Amino acid sequence: MHISPVLWQFLVKWLHASALFPAEASTIAPYTDALYFFLLAITVVGMAVVGALVVGFSIRYRKEKHPVAIQVEGSTLLEATWTIIPLALFLVTFVWGALLYFRIYNPPTNSMNIYVVGKQWMWKAEHPGGQHEINALHVPMGRPVQLTMISQDVFHSFSIPDFRVKREVIPGRYSTVWFEATAPGTYHIFCTQYCGTKHSEMIGEVTVLTPDDYTKWTEGSTSGMSLAQNGERLFASMGCNSCHSGNAAARGPNLSGVFGSKLQLANGSEVLVNEAYLRDAILNPSQHVTAGYAPIMPTYQGQVSEDGLIDLVEYIKGLQTNYRVQQTLTTSQSNQVAPTTPGMVKP
Amino acid sequence: MSATSSTILNLPDQRTATMPKRNYLNNEHGLLSWLLTGDHKRIAILYLISITFFFFIGGAFAGLIRLELLTPQPDLMASDTYNKMFSMHGIVMIFLFLVPSVPATLGNFLIPIMLGTRDLAFPKINLLSWYLYLAGGTFTLAALIFGGVDTGWTFTTPLSTHYLNTNVITAATAIFIAGFSSIFTGLNFIVTIHRMRAPGMTWFRMPLFVWAHYAASVLMVLGTPVLAITIVLVALERTVGIGVFDPTKGGDPLLFQHLFWFYSHPAVYIMILPGMGVISEIVSTFSRKRVFGYTAVAFSSVAIALFGFFVWAHHMFIMGVSNYSALVFSLLTMLVAVPSAIKIFNWAFTLQKGSITFETPMLYAFAFFGLFTIGGMTGVFLGALGMDIHLTETYFIVAHFHYVMVGGMLMAFLGGIHFWWPKMTGRMYPESFSKLSAVTSFIGFNLTFMPQFILGYLGMPRRYHAYPAEYQVLNVLSTAGATVLGVGFLLPLLYLTWSLRYGAIAGNNPWQATGLEWQIQSPPLTENFIETPIVDHEAYDYEWLAHKTEQEVTVG
Repeated sequence: MHISPVLWQFLVKWLHASALFPAEASTIAPYTDALYFFLLAITVVGMAVVGALVVGFSIRYRKEKHPVAIQVEGSTLLEATWTIIPLALFLVTFVWGALLYFRIYNPPTNSMNIYVVGKQWMWKAEHPGGQHEINALHVPMGRPVQLTMISQDVFHSFSIPDFRVKREVIPGRYSTVWFEATAPGTYHIFCTQYCGTKHSEMIGEVTVLTPDDYTKWTEGSTSGMSLAQNGERLFASMGCNSCHSGNAAARGPNLSGVFGSKLQLANGSEVLVNEAYLRDAILNPSQHVTAGYAPIMPTYQGQVSEDGLIDLVEYIKGLQTNYRVQQTLTTSQSNQVAPTTPGMVKP
Repeated sequence: MSATSSTILNLPDQRTATMPKRNYLNNEHGLLSWLLTGDHKRIAILYLISITFFFFIGGAFAGLIRLELLTPQPDLMASDTYNKMFSMHGIVMIFLFLVPSVPATLGNFLIPIMLGTRDLAFPKINLLSWYLYLAGGTFTLAALIFGGVDTGWTFTTPLSTHYLNTNVITAATAIFIAGFSSIFTGLNFIVTIHRMRAPGMTWFRMPLFVWAHYAASVLMVLGTPVLAITIVLVALERTVGIGVFDPTKGGDPLLFQHLFWFYSHPAVYIMILPGMGVISEIVSTFSRKRVFGYTAVAFSSVAIALFGFFVWAHHMFIMGVSNYSALVFSLLTMLVAVPSAIKIFNWAFTLQKGSITFETPMLYAFAFFGLFTIGGMTGVFLGALGMDIHLTETYFIVAHFHYVMVGGMLMAFLGGIHFWWPKMTGRMYPESFSKLSAVTSFIGFNLTFMPQFILGYLGMPRRYHAYPAEYQVLNVLSTAGATVLGVGFLLPLLYLTWSLRYGAIAGNNPWQATGLEWQIQSPPLTENFIETPIVDHEAYDYEWLAHKTEQEVTVG
């Protein structure tokens, strides 16, 4: 038989380009793969046992060889065997899987944070330094990166198969995932939750850079305004500072140092102030009234985009003193343009 | 018949054999006698025709999906069309084929006969259930004709409530109505099994087929109403915006996930349990041996039904449920895998010391063992928390549930149809063709779905219209397999139809099986039994059968 060399070459290239196993490009990947191979092994053994029993009995007790069946009631010992052995294997799998789950979903405390907003049909990454990317994500190698993600519309799911991480991106709620990339290169980002017409176009690439390249990239791609700076402007333009002025007599609570603290609410409960709390308190203030304050804050539902909320949250997160608020207050009252910060590019 | 023959098939002499003069098929004539029938056997046939129709519709969608995925580029159809294809494939296959497949056809036909009674407890409700199914099917077709629906079969909010302008309400109505059909069938089975067993038919003399249906019926009756409520909430949210699931109105989109999977996970067991019942009957008959560990198999069905209700959140491990609830649900998921393992081993040991023959139903049962074991074990992958993060929402999960649903349930359904075909129609199917189709579908199935496990581990997401080029080789294999699988499913349609007229006359008990259904004429009388049977033996009592046959011979 003769195969045309063109076709042959095509086939060789085509088969060669075919993927069979994903790259291990994060610190988590080897742990996931270890569990995967354990599970594959017990599946193969299980299949072999069932296959051997079925094939063996079929050969040995086929009608030609064994014309009359011998009736057997059952066997408690055998029942116990095939209850306990699978159960034990499944319990090992459970513990192993749970340990892996906590490893994947509990970020190290020193991880850097990047915000990701999902919308039909794109991924927007927002770096605290003010770098904005669409369907792309640049991360440094060898540093834990936490993604704080939210959807602007429907459920999405952020997946990087080569890192073995994935998490649902939910409307109205922050979810997080973390990874530490181990090899420079580009890897697929997929949306894995069906999200409408262009679900399969909601893809992107994560680029892992060496620390030096990453520094170059951050310097080269900044928009000039950090998220917190954007937040500061928003804080002023929406008039937040008229109540949250940080003065003793202010109508709204003092926001400096509030992030990470335990807050007593008017309904008696105590909450930890994190990103999710700040976001909820802006959108739905009547449910989050700080003890000692009147429920006078209007809702900002529908008035601030998810990006804007992220800016505000970043701004409040970074507020360690009231100095900035006072500055903002002064500038907004004095009707001047945005506050000047050293090194800041005016919009 | 010599003892060394390799079949147990025992047909009457074809030169003298005739079909019984009076049977449920010719008892009454005319279309109305079918459309207004209360006879469980006729209703089973009505169901069989309608689910076969919907199976091939759903199969056509599957074929188009695989054809599109032959190339990485989205080149066969538009994205919206593709999305409608997999949505309709899921809706049709799950609600209009898999859920009613074995219970509404074989279950309807056989449960009253296996229990030694004339009909189900509520014949008219049984007929109503078929009409509801038809209404559900009509609404599905309407949704299809008016432009389809692209929510996926999972109807995820807020996508389904706020972001799509397709026929969501029509499709939701279809599922709502079809759900009641399933509730009524379940209710009928439960009451019949409790109240209408023949004298002497104790719970532990019932065939395992009946036990499996009992467990599935409990799931249908308790689970399906939750689906109905959820669907109504989706419809209300979409039309008047009540805001139960909408986060901008203070609703919780995760609540939808909880409610939906509270039904849809038990629904998986609604689909597989009756298939397991079929396998028990087939394995026992073709190894001439009672099922090994009858009580273990019976109670494992009940255990599956019980645990099946408490594992739904394993569909939500990556959705931000609390770590502790993820732990509990993962543990319970591991527990629910055990009864399935118990069943597999009991069936395997039923073969031990048997006298095994390999007719078509047995080949389907063997296919079931292999495919369901793979399907079940890959379920353990997905139940393991950390593993699930990487595997969920990829082709791994697609392959997993097709191994369980198609490899498990569809193989069991086809095995059961072949096994009871002589009883239902009075005629045999052609054995060589059917063996060919069993082998073809087994090979085609593995070729279709095995590559999808690899694709899933590579990370290819499900429901993707286009995909990166490096996944093409595996997708081409999968599409090639789907073609073979399609042939494997079309063959039975052809030769079973042929056999209705030209098949060999089967006689009462071609398989020399022990069930009560095999002790009456084929096809049965409308009233099933001439006199109420009195049951004095356990299920799968081959000595009783041998004794009875001997007596018949001496009398005759």
